[in-house]
Amino acid sequence: MLLSPVQMHIPDGFLSVPVSILLWIVSIIVIGYALKRVGADLGERQVPMMGVLAAAIFAGQMLNFAVAGGSSGHLIGAAIATILLGPWAAMLVLTCVVSIQALIFQDGGLLVLGANIFNMAILAVTVSYMAYRSVQKLAKSQSWGIFVGGFIAAWLSVEVAALATALELAISGTSPANIAILAMGGIHALIGIGEGLITVGALAFIYATRRDLLKTGESAPVRGMMVWVAGLVLVLFLAIASPLASSHPDGLEWVAEQKGFLETARSPIYKIIPDYLFPGVSNMTLATILAAIIGVLIVYVVALGLAYSRRHKSSTDGE
Amino acid sequence: MHIHFLDPYRPGDSLIHHLDPRIKLVLTLSFILTNALIPPGAWPAYILLLALVLSVEMLSELGVGYVLKRSALAIPFVLAALPLILTIPGEKLFSLSVGTWVIPATYSGLERFISIALKSWISMQAAIVLAASTSFPDLLVAMRSIRVPRLLVSIFGLMWRYLFVLVDEALRLMRARAARSGKSDHPNAKSGGSLSWRARVTGGMAGNLFLRGFERSDRIYMAMVSRGYDGESRSLPLPGIQPVHWVILITNLSLLGILLGFAYLFWG
Repeated sequence: MLLSPVQMHIPDGFLSVPVSILLWIVSIIVIGYALKRVGADLGERQVPMMGVLAAAIFAGQMLNFAVAGGSSGHLIGAAIATILLGPWAAMLVLTCVVSIQALIFQDGGLLVLGANIFNMAILAVTVSYMAYRSVQKLAKSQSWGIFVGGFIAAWLSVEVAALATALELAISGTSPANIAILAMGGIHALIGIGEGLITVGALAFIYATRRDLLKTGESAPVRGMMVWVAGLVLVLFLAIASPLASSHPDGLEWVAEQKGFLETARSPIYKIIPDYLFPGVSNMTLATILAAIIGVLIVYVVALGLAYSRRHKSSTDGE
Repeated sequence: MHIHFLDPYRPGDSLIHHLDPRIKLVLTLSFILTNALIPPGAWPAYILLLALVLSVEMLSELGVGYVLKRSALAIPFVLAALPLILTIPGEKLFSLSVGTWVIPATYSGLERFISIALKSWISMQAAIVLAASTSFPDLLVAMRSIRVPRLLVSIFGLMWRYLFVLVDEALRLMRARAARSGKSDHPNAKSGGSLSWRARVTGGMAGNLFLRGFERSDRIYMAMVSRGYDGESRSLPLPGIQPVHWVILITNLSLLGILLGFAYLFWG
């Protein structure tokens, strides 16, 4: 129990096979790329540094402090790793932590390991990185940017990973969307505050002792393009997933049952394929997803255009 | 206090301990995959899978009690699936009234919930047997054989080697904090600071641990270089798999396949 600070590690049996395999594929691609990037940055230092820091994060998750009524807050560590190591190395480190937790300590399943890596290593790090960098840009290298950025990054990393977990559970049909998202999001909004406070404490300690380390995260900047692509993928994932999850026809089915036309609507295949994953996608859901994607693309293009025009302006100003 | 009790590996001399780690890993993964594919409500399939994993536990001489005790770890997560009893439509089982709301619990919801709980419980037992009967170096060999990138396997190996060192450091930090924080017996005396102060102290410990990790990784790297490390992780070629183990693999895989077929055709 000591090693499972937060119930965010999905055990086996809770995700449907298509969801597990899809997230495995995504995780494998991202980890492969991260291995390459970190190898280019660190060279032969990669193995000792990633290994020891993964062990440090693992051990750091044991550090706790009393909150109230016997409960305690823990460090999860995605944000602090991202700030100190940069996104790719942080992804590798957290992938190692999550994998060892699953493989050795049964904290999280093996078939769903891809999903756990996706939530806690890839998604949490991406979100932390974006949040931290954005605040840094706003703060213009003043020291408050490190702490405010650290707090926001830590809170978001916990909250987004929890929401992704809830979404995956809902899509798999193991937890009703309205309850899972509310419960996971609500609990982790509080846990995120603890994570934020610990992260700020850790950053304050490192700021006082080894300020140079806080620059290492910046020495490996992700190209602007990558951030945009990652953002697009993230938003599209949410755009596709949320209507799927919220169209979870619990309420609808219930009404249909009351009206007595559910039997005619149910085909035998419905029983073979887990609830509403394929057959449940009615035309209306498809239309919602399509609308969401189109909306996202429009916002994306507008934002990209704004960013480019601003960059153009600032470069002409500079001349 | 030393942290070695954390390593779940229990050395033994059983059939399961002697099975090739590669076969063990592949069989565990296929067992969990089969388990995940079984449709909800296929009770005979669940009973057979449970019997299978229990007999493996007995063969491994780990003690069924030990495995069952560890498998309790998944229980809190089962809560996530509990609302299904109330939300999946079907034959009414009983009603739950919250104020003026009356929520019917259904038979098919209960069936789904029990299926999920059973699934995760059975899978977890299989994973526990794997971790408890296979030493970590053997697991690394197994990972290499299923094409986990070699670099990642080396990182896993190094992480494992220093895990206990850093866990010890974390425990020392916590002991030091406990030693510093005296607690008064006087009921009105407040001990410790505010919540955010406590969190900040813990954060300082985490930062401390991280810095020690950084510096240790530098020293380890220097030591590796001075012993001739050049960035390439070399390892012995994998030994061949004995024919008996191939037979075990194929028999078990076909067993799982047949079970899955039955589950879909007759029990689904």
